[in-house]
Amino acid sequence: MSLLTIVGGLPLLGALIVALIPSKSSELIKRVAFGATLAIAVASIFLATGFDKSITGMQYVQSNTWIAAFNINYAVGIDGISLVLILLSTILVPIVILATWHESDVGRWGTKSFYILILVLETMMIGVFAATDLFLFYVFFEAMLIPVYFLIGGYGTGNRSAAAVKFLLYSLFGGLLMLASVIGIYVIAGNQIGATFDLTKLATLQIDNTTENLLFLGFFIAFAIKAPLWPFHTWLPDAAKAATPGTSVLLLGVLDKVGTYGMIRFCIALFPDASKTFTPLIITLAVISIIYGAFMAIGQKDIKGLIAFTSISHFGFITMGIFAMTSQGMSGANLYMVNHGFSTAALFLVAGWMMMRRGSSTITDFGGLQRVTPVMAWTFFIAGMSGLALPGLSSFVSEFLVLVGTYTRYPVAAVIGTLGIVLAALYILIPIQKTLHGPTTSGNENLKDLSLREKIAISPVILIIVVMGFYPKPVLDLINPTAEKVVVNAGFTDPIAKMGK
Amino acid sequence: MLTAPSLTYSLIAPILIVLGGALIGVLVEAFLGRAHRAAVQLTISIGTLLLALQQLWRIRDLSSTTAAVNSVTIDKAGIFLQATVVVLALVAVLLIADQDNFVAQASAVPGSNEEKSSLQEKSQQTEIFPLFLFAVAGMMLFPVAADLITLFVALEVFSLPLYLLAGLSRRRRLLSQESALKYFLLGAYSSAFFLFGAAFLYGYSGTISISGISTAVGSANNVFLLIGIVFVSVGLLFKVGAVPFHSWTPDVYQGAPTPITGFMAAATKVAAFGALLRIFYIGFAEEQALWRPLITVIAIITMLFGSLVAIAQRDVKRMLAYSSIAHAGFLLSGVVALNKDGLAASLFYLFAYGLTTLAAFGIVTLVKDSSGEVSDLNRWTGLGKKSPLVAAAFSFILLSFAGIPLTSGFIGKFAIFSAAYKSGNISLVVVGVLSSAIAAFFYIRVIIMMFFTDPINDSVSVIIPSVKSRIAIILATVISVVLGVMPSLLLNAATTYANFIK
Repeated sequence: MSLLTIVGGLPLLGALIVALIPSKSSELIKRVAFGATLAIAVASIFLATGFDKSITGMQYVQSNTWIAAFNINYAVGIDGISLVLILLSTILVPIVILATWHESDVGRWGTKSFYILILVLETMMIGVFAATDLFLFYVFFEAMLIPVYFLIGGYGTGNRSAAAVKFLLYSLFGGLLMLASVIGIYVIAGNQIGATFDLTKLATLQIDNTTENLLFLGFFIAFAIKAPLWPFHTWLPDAAKAATPGTSVLLLGVLDKVGTYGMIRFCIALFPDASKTFTPLIITLAVISIIYGAFMAIGQKDIKGLIAFTSISHFGFITMGIFAMTSQGMSGANLYMVNHGFSTAALFLVAGWMMMRRGSSTITDFGGLQRVTPVMAWTFFIAGMSGLALPGLSSFVSEFLVLVGTYTRYPVAAVIGTLGIVLAALYILIPIQKTLHGPTTSGNENLKDLSLREKIAISPVILIIVVMGFYPKPVLDLINPTAEKVVVNAGFTDPIAKMGK
Repeated sequence: MLTAPSLTYSLIAPILIVLGGALIGVLVEAFLGRAHRAAVQLTISIGTLLLALQQLWRIRDLSSTTAAVNSVTIDKAGIFLQATVVVLALVAVLLIADQDNFVAQASAVPGSNEEKSSLQEKSQQTEIFPLFLFAVAGMMLFPVAADLITLFVALEVFSLPLYLLAGLSRRRRLLSQESALKYFLLGAYSSAFFLFGAAFLYGYSGTISISGISTAVGSANNVFLLIGIVFVSVGLLFKVGAVPFHSWTPDVYQGAPTPITGFMAAATKVAAFGALLRIFYIGFAEEQALWRPLITVIAIITMLFGSLVAIAQRDVKRMLAYSSIAHAGFLLSGVVALNKDGLAASLFYLFAYGLTTLAAFGIVTLVKDSSGEVSDLNRWTGLGKKSPLVAAAFSFILLSFAGIPLTSGFIGKFAIFSAAYKSGNISLVVVGVLSSAIAAFFYIRVIIMMFFTDPINDSVSVIIPSVKSRIAIILATVISVVLGVMPSLLLNAATTYANFIK
């Protein structure tokens, strides 16, 4: 059994242990869940230290027959891209649990179900990034909707059940389109090389143009719904507003990355020709997302809605970087996925604390927090700066790489995309000014600053944001070889040869 | 000199055993005192079914086209279908054994004093057991019938008891009787259509045997063949509830006693699809250009219609009825596929779907208020709070119907759609996934009602099920879970047994 399988299986074990604890001892449940996810985070760091950066292929591979009749295997393995995303997931989960310690107390079904759902979700998050069998990926991709659905619908606020349903139906619709494509490629493989779901084998198929385009679209729409790209994004603001801050972190930070990850791993790798055909369209959608998300974010009155729309803008950047088909763009997009995960986590967690203290999520209800709660204000400030990609913070590096990578092939798109950065300054600075500075609005005078638990929870996130801003090399070293391989395999060469570093 | 006809008893023994059990049941009704009847009848039914299953196991590797004087074809797929019917019947009989779903005295006029006194006496209608066994025997004969006459006899043998059973609901008796009458009249029409078509096929080919028809194809004027195929199909499509022959389904599903609805929804589908598959894969395969477009269109409208209309339903039994119509559409994709994968996929799908359906209706019997079963969905709100386990099980079943991965429904759908794609029917696959997306909407709505909505009244509650129902529901749910995670257990068998012989 590969270490990867063990890391992926640990959350399930944790869920089982949590299930055995009586519902009444909710504090014990939280501690066990936190301990388990912390152990998983440590285990995944072992995974990273044992990872050989000089190999571009899959590592920690394991393959066992699952459904022999269709030649479906439990096949897992990771390369640089999947490793950093698994690390992102496993590191975020314990932080979320610690940061939102009381989030589960007010839900419909109590603490126990909440942590079981979180732990089951973590297994699926690891599985979806680790699967090298298309069918296995699809199973994780669809099955992970169910725990999220219950997390939003059962523990969220406001119009939570409608938001949960919207999320589920959008995702299911995309997933079912993808199912048609999965079946298509499976049958084509059966005719050409024998039925298989093995990704490397599927990449060798010869598919005629029309079919390839249709199969590509099946996958792409599913991923564009997941990673919300304009015009498939409408579920995200609702879901982010209704979900608890912790769930939102996992939703925007990790789950939506499955969409952009899928574009790299499946759309480009399996259908390189169709990817070429659709690139202009996709770049256009990405640019629209960047600008649209930014404008909508400026107009938001609700903090959660604000963060959701900034994410749509950021996902536009990521998609643009992926489909620019240059090694800088691809590396930048991958790095962006990680950085966005952490900076969204910081934003949502701090915003969650602010909302919990004030009992409101309207931006204008806050004001002058800098004086009342300096620590909370500073963390929100740093998180916001990371969101607008201030140089020296992590997002800057990735946004820069994406824009440079895109410029070499699509200068116009890159220039318009740069507008997104200007707008980002607006959508971040205005709310920061309204919430943190100015006179203290009535009702805010007695807000409490961050507790020790909250400080401990947020500090690793801030640390990562700062360190990755100055020294992104360790992560880039993991990403670069794989990113270049993706671009080369898709049949692209960089328009401008890379300069020696 | 006369020679004795060759019956090959061992091959038809499973059917004979069930028929024998039914006859013993009739005798028990006549001679045994009322006090012991229910227990004895249940024992006989279970024993008979187990015996039949054991005999099926013994003949699992045999095959013959000459059993019962050439009127029955025993082959691998036939045995698999028969075993599926018996397994489903075993689960269903446990649900049926909960007597309070059935009328105390069928002959009493609804609302009369006679009915009241029979209720007070707590008399029980134990005829349901032999009726049920007769239906099972007919369902076992239906998918292995080798000629049109046997097919027709089997059709009537399993339909007539079902018409009766549908009218025996204890509560809302008028609705139940109305549904039974509707079922009977429409069923009689469809039987007539079937016979009409059979006569044309006989006129065309000069034979009633299914394999004989396939050899005769191409020998004479196609028009008669086409008319024959169309009318025989109408008869069979009526039984599976395909659009536009579906209109009985919601009424009968709603009116019939819930355990009978579950049995009908699960086992009738197996039997009728078994017969459909055999007649199209063997009898009409040579003339596929004639009927495949037709069945493709029917499959498409069945999937879409079932999914769309289900959205508007407010009654859980009617919703499940429309969902079963949609599933009939998915299964028809397997018929149209016309390849070995399609057959294997259909066998898997029928087994998995049947069990899930039984579990679903089993759970519906548990949700009650003081006057009986509550099938109005609006009153199911907040069920997740009152009885989380039952609500969770029902949610799982709905997710399986919707075809979410890690459920048996997903594997079945994947198998059937990939077979359809392989046969070149990509339109079926696309419509299939689209209607699955539509269907997901109403399955999920029920989950919302149970889990995300607060109860509006306290009158609805989940009764504590009897041991028998509990076994049935747990068994069906657990097998559905297992088949979702480890489908190989059944898929391999379905692939091995996906074989019709001529």
